[in-house]
Amino acid sequence: MMFAAAILAVLAALILTVVRALKGPTVFDRLLAANSIGTGAILLLALFGFMTGRPEFLDIGLLYALLNVIGTLAVLKFFRYGSLGHGGEEETEA
Amino acid sequence: MSAGFFTDLLSWLLLVAGGFFFLVGAIGLNRMPDVFTRMHAVSVGDTLGAGLLVAGMALQAGPTLVTVKLFLILLVIWFTGPVATHALARAALQDKLLPLIANRSGKLVEGDPDKIALKDSSKPGKGRAQPSKR
Repeated sequence: MMFAAAILAVLAALILTVVRALKGPTVFDRLLAANSIGTGAILLLALFGFMTGRPEFLDIGLLYALLNVIGTLAVLKFFRYGSLGHGGEEETEA
Repeated sequence: MSAGFFTDLLSWLLLVAGGFFFLVGAIGLNRMPDVFTRMHAVSVGDTLGAGLLVAGMALQAGPTLVTVKLFLILLVIWFTGPVATHALARAALQDKLLPLIANRSGKLVEGDPDKIALKDSSKPGKGRAQPSKR
């Protein structure tokens, strides 16, 4: 029961975050919302696992947490350099 | 899975508080005027909300491997959230996106570029002189 209440709160927050991701004026707003959706998905997975008495969902949540930051940084790097295959050579040649 | 009235009560309190803070972060994401203030609002939900929710779940799980995994997730969230937000703010500033600042009459205007600009051209060897290939 207590997990259901927390799940409802996280779901409402996720709906609001999706609204921002859809209408955000800049790409950074959308990325911020995407990052927040990732965190919300992790918490939702954990809460759902606890509610149904199967905490094995936590492993999936851990994987999501690791993928979330990689995704955000990859998209940021793409928008900064125009490609993902850009190493650190800018630091040395400048 | 749990035992004791007070454990359940404390768990309720933590879970409701965590859900509340996560919701507040999402509302702030919609209400704030520009991307920098929105980052500020989201970080509330991502640190305090996630922390309280995980604490509430850990109380229900007791001292088991499940609790270890829960706190591992929390550790990952707490370390990667600020890193992602920092990278996001840096990228936004480099993209010539400036924070909004209230002027004397209280209206929000775009801030002074000289005061907020990134200062990494002052460091030798780390200049960003060349334009980005967009």
